[in-house]
Amino acid sequence: MKIFAFLVALLTGGLLIYGIKDMPKWGDPHSPASLHVSPRYIEKTIEETHTWDMVTSVLADYRGYDTLGETTVIFSAGIACLLLLRRDN
Amino acid sequence: MIIQYENVIIKTICRLMIPFLQLYAIYVLMHGHYSPGGGFQGGVMMGASFILLVIAYGLEEARRRISLKSLTIFACLGLFIYSGIGAFALLMGGNFLDYGKLPLPISSVPTIRAMGILGIEIGVFFGVMAIMICIFLAIASYDTGGEND
Repeated sequence: MKIFAFLVALLTGGLLIYGIKDMPKWGDPHSPASLHVSPRYIEKTIEETHTWDMVTSVLADYRGYDTLGETTVIFSAGIACLLLLRRDN
Repeated sequence: MIIQYENVIIKTICRLMIPFLQLYAIYVLMHGHYSPGGGFQGGVMMGASFILLVIAYGLEEARRRISLKSLTIFACLGLFIYSGIGAFALLMGGNFLDYGKLPLPISSVPTIRAMGILGIEIGVFFGVMAIMICIFLAIASYDTGGEND
């Protein structure tokens, strides 16, 4: 059973590494993200959100759903710590 | 176990630093639109100021000022503000977290979006601050038999 699990892990890892080959190179200026997504944010940030710090507008507005997930992760980490460590007596 | 230090230097420095740390944390939060900063950074600084209080003055003094129960309420409040603003935008006919639809008495939509960003940053601030202190207090008070509040 352990060998089977090891093989499955190895296979999944191999597939993921095989998938890396098709990803755009890191920082490639011709990748779709650099051609369309980033210029759109850089050009429209002040016009659309009135926020001069692009990091804030991307974090909280364009990618707000992602930040909600991050906050939830921190929240669950804290609640888990409290549940494990707190002793009521 | 963290006991109270009888050290005048540490206590005085902490007493001088903590108010300015907290003021600076709120500045970092409110200035997130114009410079690096925001809810996460400000919340961590606010949490660090309370952790400094615990280190300098001991657990008992810190517990007198802030209890685990109220910290849990703050953490829940932070997440509630965030998802509440998102759900409110949904109710007003936009998408989830679409701040442009919030009914604020401001005419220009970009400014409303900026206000929405500030709102969720305040939510993140409360959540991160409370969770930072919660984790620290839970770990620090572990071998003293837990907290009795």
